[in-house]
Amino acid sequence: MADAAITVEGARKNYGGRGGKSGTSGKGGKGDKGSKGGKQALDGLDLTVARGTVHGMLGPNGAGKTTLVRVLSTLLRPDAGRIEVAGHDVVREPYAVRLRIGLLGQHAALDEELGGRQNLELFGRLYHLGARRARARADELLERFDLTDTGRRPVRAYSGGMRRRLDLAASLITEPEVLFLDEPTTGLDPRGRAEVWASVRSLVGGGTTVLLTTQYLEEADQLADRISVVDAGRVIAEGTAGDLKARIGGDRIDVVLRDAGQLAAAGALLPLNGVSVDTDRRLLSAPVTDRMTALAGVVRALEESGIEAEDIALRRPTLDEVFLHLTERDDRDDRGDRDDRDDRDDRTEEAA
Amino acid sequence: MSMSMATNTHALTDSWTMTRRELARWGRQPVQVVVNLVFPVMLLLMFGYLMGGGRGVSGEYRDYLVPGMLALTMAFGLEGTMIAVTQDLDKGVIDRFRSMPMASGAVLVGRAAADMLQSVLVVAVLVGVGSALGWRAHGGFPAFLGAVGLLLLFRFAMLWIGIHLALVAGKPEMVQAVQILVWPVGFLSNALAAPESMPGWLGTLVEWNPMSHTATAVRDLFGSPGAEPGHVWAAVLWPVALLAVFFPLAVRRFAKLSR
Repeated sequence: MADAAITVEGARKNYGGRGGKSGTSGKGGKGDKGSKGGKQALDGLDLTVARGTVHGMLGPNGAGKTTLVRVLSTLLRPDAGRIEVAGHDVVREPYAVRLRIGLLGQHAALDEELGGRQNLELFGRLYHLGARRARARADELLERFDLTDTGRRPVRAYSGGMRRRLDLAASLITEPEVLFLDEPTTGLDPRGRAEVWASVRSLVGGGTTVLLTTQYLEEADQLADRISVVDAGRVIAEGTAGDLKARIGGDRIDVVLRDAGQLAAAGALLPLNGVSVDTDRRLLSAPVTDRMTALAGVVRALEESGIEAEDIALRRPTLDEVFLHLTERDDRDDRGDRDDRDDRDDRTEEAA
Repeated sequence: MSMSMATNTHALTDSWTMTRRELARWGRQPVQVVVNLVFPVMLLLMFGYLMGGGRGVSGEYRDYLVPGMLALTMAFGLEGTMIAVTQDLDKGVIDRFRSMPMASGAVLVGRAAADMLQSVLVVAVLVGVGSALGWRAHGGFPAFLGAVGLLLLFRFAMLWIGIHLALVAGKPEMVQAVQILVWPVGFLSNALAAPESMPGWLGTLVEWNPMSHTATAVRDLFGSPGAEPGHVWAAVLWPVALLAVFFPLAVRRFAKLSR
């Protein structure tokens, strides 16, 4: 595709029996759990990202998101596959790729002892801007990310959100064509998250292509034009947030009971298919085709059986549900979802 | 290190930038810098006055101790190198450097340059304090420079061992394990006491310690007690041999970060 900023065809990466040790510095080992001997981190992954768009990679820990970002940013050599970023092959022309990308890793990759301005100047010099331009660019970026008055303080003393903003500024020094954001808001409080989101949104207008990995469905929903759902090193579904929501079917009905003990009885009794049960929240949830019929049916059934409900609501499915649906990692307490599971098998075929 | 032509032209500039980064860090943490310089002085004073050591040393113990402490300080430098590299790895800073269009080898060169500069400072401070305590280099200026050269050569070997260990370990938790190992290796030398005073097997072990050769050769060049002629070659060959092993290992390990 001529206007693709990122092209990935059949990318494979196996941490050859080394448990992914060497390539995951700073990852805290959280993604390495299932890697005893030789972990297939990328298992024939395909991806095309159009220029000037924000593409979200959504998946659980260990799905291969970080490995993908590391391969795309030339930090990690893939075992197989054709991978191009900004028109250059990541294996054959890593230098050309590095000239055109910015990387925001999972942890703020900054010199903690140096100040914000010093960090930006350092990176500017390493991009060979020259002393004067590096300084000017540092000032510009501090201004743009609202960090001017903190430029002198050591990064050590920054808040999480500030640190992330500075990190983002550092990855934008050369106004890269393609920007990789690997879980940009993991570990941030809601305010820090909002700060980073605002910064990312402000970038998009400038024509930069952004590849964003996240475990937060809300984040992908908020920022990404298109979303790829990744599991076990492959893309299992792709589309806009709306597409993905549509895949799980139409609307859902949620019924919160007063007494958790009546959940099973209610589940059997209500005129609904594919009911999932959340004991902690005393919640029954099911997809519905006709909203009003379903609502009326539920109300009537509850009245007749004398089961008391605290709340009944009709709503669109959340990305969470789409995600759980597609990745088959539904670890919630849902025994009553036989129909749901049949349904799910259909979807997986469709995605493959 | 898989540098393309384009990055090669930047190798020098980038190495200098990386060295300046370390110097900027010093400017940011003056207290830390002073502490690092004062620590060996403290050890020198402790062993020279408090411990009243020097078993088996003929001559003034403090004259024996100053060259020993210089060699010991060079050995302990390994820890500092390892900690610095591990922190950069852990913070992901090295990943950022590697994703940039720079000569990635500059990351290691900058580290090496800064650590060597720090070692020159430590040697100067220890020599200064030693002189204040009455220690003198008797061998003349060329021999003095030769001794400093041997110390720095030894430190240079320790530096690449430190980089290699950091790249192998990858996580800061491993640094402690190495720290615990560095101390006995440092003390199992003739830095603080003469091997003749030790049980036979221990004495032999101590004499084999590469650091002991450096200490003895340096004593020889300084004209200090404990000097024995003929160790200068060993004090050159040991570090060179260690470098021959650990420099390529470290460089390979660094290149392998992309595996």
